[in-house]
Amino acid sequence: MNDSRTETGGRIDRSRPVEFTFDGERLKGFAGDTLASALIANGVHLVGRSFKYHRPRGFLSAGAEEPNALVHVDRGGGRETPNLRATTIELYEGLATTSQNRWPSLAFDLGEAANYLSPLIPAGFYYKSFMWPRSFWRHVYEPAIRRRAGLGVAPKSADPDRYLHRYVHCDVLVVGGGPAGLAAAIAASEAGARVILCDEQAEFGGALLHETRGTIAGQTVADLVIEAVATLAGRDRVRLLPRTTAFGYYADNLVCLAERITDHLADPDPELPRERIWQVRAREVILATGAIERPLVFPENDRPGIMLADAARTYLNRYGVRAGKRTVILTAGDSAYRAALDLHEAGVEVVAIADLRASPDGTDVAAARAAGITVMPSTTINGTLGRMRVKAVDLGMIEADGKVGGGERVPCDLVLMSGGFTPSVHLFSQSRGRLAFDAGLNAFVPGKPVQRQHSAGASAGAFETEACLADGYAAGEAAARAARGEPVSRLRAPASRDARHAGYAGMAPSQRSERGVKAFVDFQHDVTAKDIKLAAREGFRSIEHVKRYTTTGMATDQGKTSNINALAIVAEAVGKPVPAVGLTSFRPPYTPVTFGAIAGASRGDLFDPVRRTPIHDWAAEQGAAFEDVGLWKRAWYFPKAGEDIHKAVARECQAVRDAVGIFDASTLGKIEIVGPDAAEFMNRLYINAWTKLEPGRCRYGVMLTEAGFIMDDGVIGRIAPDRFHVTTTTGGAPRVLHHMEDYLQTEFPELKVWLTSTTEQWAVIAVQGRHAREVIAPLVEDIDISAEAMPHMSVRSGKIAGVPTRLFRVSFSGELGFEINVPASAGRAVWEKVFASGERFGITPYGTETMHVLRAEKGYIIVGQETDGTMTPDDVGLAGMVGKAKPDFVGKRSLVRPDMLKANRKQLVGLKALDASIVLEEGAQIVADPHVPVPVPMIGHVTSSYWSPSLQHGIALALVAGGRARMGQRLFVPMPTRMIEVEVVDPVFLDKEGTRLNG
Amino acid sequence: MVSVTLLPAATRFLVRGDSAAAATIGQAFGVPLPRQACRSTEGGRRAALWLGPDEWLLLAAEGEDALMGDIEGALDGVPASLVDISERQVAIDVDGPEAAEAINAFNALDLEVDAFPVGMCTRTLFGKAEIVLWRTAPDRFRIEVWRSFAPYVLGCLAEATREYRVSSPIGDLCIT
Repeated sequence: MNDSRTETGGRIDRSRPVEFTFDGERLKGFAGDTLASALIANGVHLVGRSFKYHRPRGFLSAGAEEPNALVHVDRGGGRETPNLRATTIELYEGLATTSQNRWPSLAFDLGEAANYLSPLIPAGFYYKSFMWPRSFWRHVYEPAIRRRAGLGVAPKSADPDRYLHRYVHCDVLVVGGGPAGLAAAIAASEAGARVILCDEQAEFGGALLHETRGTIAGQTVADLVIEAVATLAGRDRVRLLPRTTAFGYYADNLVCLAERITDHLADPDPELPRERIWQVRAREVILATGAIERPLVFPENDRPGIMLADAARTYLNRYGVRAGKRTVILTAGDSAYRAALDLHEAGVEVVAIADLRASPDGTDVAAARAAGITVMPSTTINGTLGRMRVKAVDLGMIEADGKVGGGERVPCDLVLMSGGFTPSVHLFSQSRGRLAFDAGLNAFVPGKPVQRQHSAGASAGAFETEACLADGYAAGEAAARAARGEPVSRLRAPASRDARHAGYAGMAPSQRSERGVKAFVDFQHDVTAKDIKLAAREGFRSIEHVKRYTTTGMATDQGKTSNINALAIVAEAVGKPVPAVGLTSFRPPYTPVTFGAIAGASRGDLFDPVRRTPIHDWAAEQGAAFEDVGLWKRAWYFPKAGEDIHKAVARECQAVRDAVGIFDASTLGKIEIVGPDAAEFMNRLYINAWTKLEPGRCRYGVMLTEAGFIMDDGVIGRIAPDRFHVTTTTGGAPRVLHHMEDYLQTEFPELKVWLTSTTEQWAVIAVQGRHAREVIAPLVEDIDISAEAMPHMSVRSGKIAGVPTRLFRVSFSGELGFEINVPASAGRAVWEKVFASGERFGITPYGTETMHVLRAEKGYIIVGQETDGTMTPDDVGLAGMVGKAKPDFVGKRSLVRPDMLKANRKQLVGLKALDASIVLEEGAQIVADPHVPVPVPMIGHVTSSYWSPSLQHGIALALVAGGRARMGQRLFVPMPTRMIEVEVVDPVFLDKEGTRLNG
Repeated sequence: MVSVTLLPAATRFLVRGDSAAAATIGQAFGVPLPRQACRSTEGGRRAALWLGPDEWLLLAAEGEDALMGDIEGALDGVPASLVDISERQVAIDVDGPEAAEAINAFNALDLEVDAFPVGMCTRTLFGKAEIVLWRTAPDRFRIEVWRSFAPYVLGCLAEATREYRVSSPIGDLCIT
């Protein structure tokens, strides 16, 4: 047992003890604790091992900036999260946590050998050491380095939690619920604005939550927070979002927030999402993001028990935890004196305050002195001792000339440091605002905002509570006015910036030579002052290059505690002032966001819409295999017991060729084109002519892009003089509609014609084969479907099986065929009736694979398979379709460009392997003479290739340079194991005369 | 609570044409076609939704088969496009105090009642599906969505409304 916990005080609930585990050990804390405060209360300071050297590490901070204390939390059932900051994990009953990056145990970590090898592994060592042999990098060096380095271990199983997103709009978004943020939200909501206030912590109040000194307008700080939050909670138009981190600031005042909804609950309701991403579109944004205390860079400044002064104050005042018994404080500013006073009053022995400044004064300094605390001006720390916990510091006296001498060795178990405060300008910088360097404050502060945004409080350089409250209130008023459209200045009078908090940046003065000394700048990536100086010596001048070479600021904490120190060290090394060196960019996210939250509900069944046709379930019941075509599920083939795809497709093909098959064509895109100028519009969009197409007849149409290349095709029926029923490819439907609408609105606004998608209005049942007419005849009520009355390529309206239909006589198989369009909801019922009617002919359901084989046997192209966006009508043998007499159509002019008329363009041909049993590979290249030296000129490629059950040999369609002039020639398809000799043939393999489809 | 209900089949037409056609069609339909962007008109069991400067969605009860002929007759050669899309889409009713919040899980519009008042309608995105969103009451919306996208939209709404079954509100402020 230890007496780290104070007897009273803090915001923890001492009536609610909470049990938790760390590395298997059962420990106790209280509701309101963080994992960090509870561990410290239990005397645990060693919580992690560093990234590169595996040095023992403790808590540096008490907040989201924590670089060291990363732990793995296992909530059971695959709910694992690595790399969580112990300083931000709320304690709950049963919380199970483990330390990371150590083996076999935290106290005995074999990886620590790296610490003693550190002279061999300076900054950039892997760039220098692992260069030869080149092939080793990928297979030997990188995997080994990745195993050695790194922090937590990613979970292996799927995440069972649920996540959601939400979009929301507001007048004023206030980021940060400290004094400035609370005041801003109150001011803005008082003016009637719709306000959202978010804060990353469980409680609103920010730094006020650990401020126990003084009163504001006669009120204690704690009471002030309670009243402010109660006021805001009582206002209708205010939304309070605790446990919510604003992590990204994007264009047009879009700010993304990550809300943690259940992670703090021992037994969350499964109906609740774990986290929610809020995408907030705010008229005005107030950034009241506070400031982060800067560590001081001195030798061995990373031992457990060395932490930021404000963190120790937070542990004491907010959580009732003494971080040590005997402390030495190293500071360069006044705020650490307040920590010293609070700790002193709580019974911690404050041995000395070493101040880097020559003559610290002011009220806080005076108060410390009055309390009997030893203040040592011009004093630094030359080094520290203690392996698992700091046990002493070596003080050093800074002489008048800046040199440092030796000093007393002081035993202690807690070292506090304060290098001043760095305003949190991450979001401001993400909003594209430029930072300004405030020399008096020794800090970068927000310059002129670029978006509709205001910075307030400590993030704008105001470090005292009263100043933050006033600044926040003014920002809130201004934002509310601006949200109403009134002109305001977003650059208010500069906040009262107090040079007492200027602090120190860079390597602190030290007696020891920098060689052989580890003075950490980036604690999470183990980057020392020496590493950064080395980078400068090796010629890196840009801070961006130094960052990448040393990896400083590139860890999961994004350099929150290290960037300014690194910058100051570089500035000194290259002899430039800090603002001339400049800062690295701040990128989202501010703190890590889970992948689950980013994905939201877009996973599993909801990753993408899955579109199913009205007939889908019937096919599924028949055991069909499905394939994805765009978002659609299409029946691919219908295997019978024991059949593989080849056998099923062969059977289906044979059935269509010999009897009759039935096919679900519902996914075909459909567009209804209506208006007196419909035919004229068709003339302009398609290559062929439409004026003379009579109502009741159909025509195959091909559409080009403006560049003259085939874009889409399909059969089009003229329903009435002013009404066309257009079909498109399944995948092309939206693109074609947009293309048409684009031309209609921008090029042909004079045409009286309108477009409506009807893809999903109709279910489409294709019945193909010599018995097709006999199959549907008993169901058709009022249409004469005889060969004479309804020839190939015609369309009739009537009824089938009792429902209205548009009945097309068309064929994509080369057989006699009908496509029955019925209202979607009637699709399955009509399908079943047609199927029943066809049973006497052995009607066979077939899928897309058979459809492809049947059309390939006929040499029918598929847009996107035989075409690739560079094929003209002539290339695929459709030159005859082009309406020569038409004055114009989209793409016409491009068709006569010289390049489009070259004789050696790739042209559609058929290929037959001399060995008839071979089915060529789609995509295979074609060469004329395989015996010439490599590289052998490639003259084309295979676009479609199948086994033809009807012809009993392999068939292929191909695009071959000057292909039509090569009929009968022998070409070669080189494959890895053999050279296949093929003959160029006509692409129509079956029934060239078309007697079947006219039957 | 939020209830999500698939509404019964309906008669739907997509109307496109100029303002003369719109006036004629409105008369034949019995409900004038709204001229204000993103607004609707209602009468009897019929409604007309503005979707674009020359585009309206007409809604009527299921089985109003004669309507198409009536409107075409009234048009009598006035150029316009009238297309039956009764079966193209289905309607989903989202009803309850948190209806707007639930929809905002997948839709980026500002659904505060001042910004999106009762009677407002618009074509918009719901997750990865295109929908027409129509506010029929302060806490009630109707979603019109293409038939094959409906299972996706219903799945998303089921996911978004789960939390409203929980009695304790989310986001306790932890005021101590």
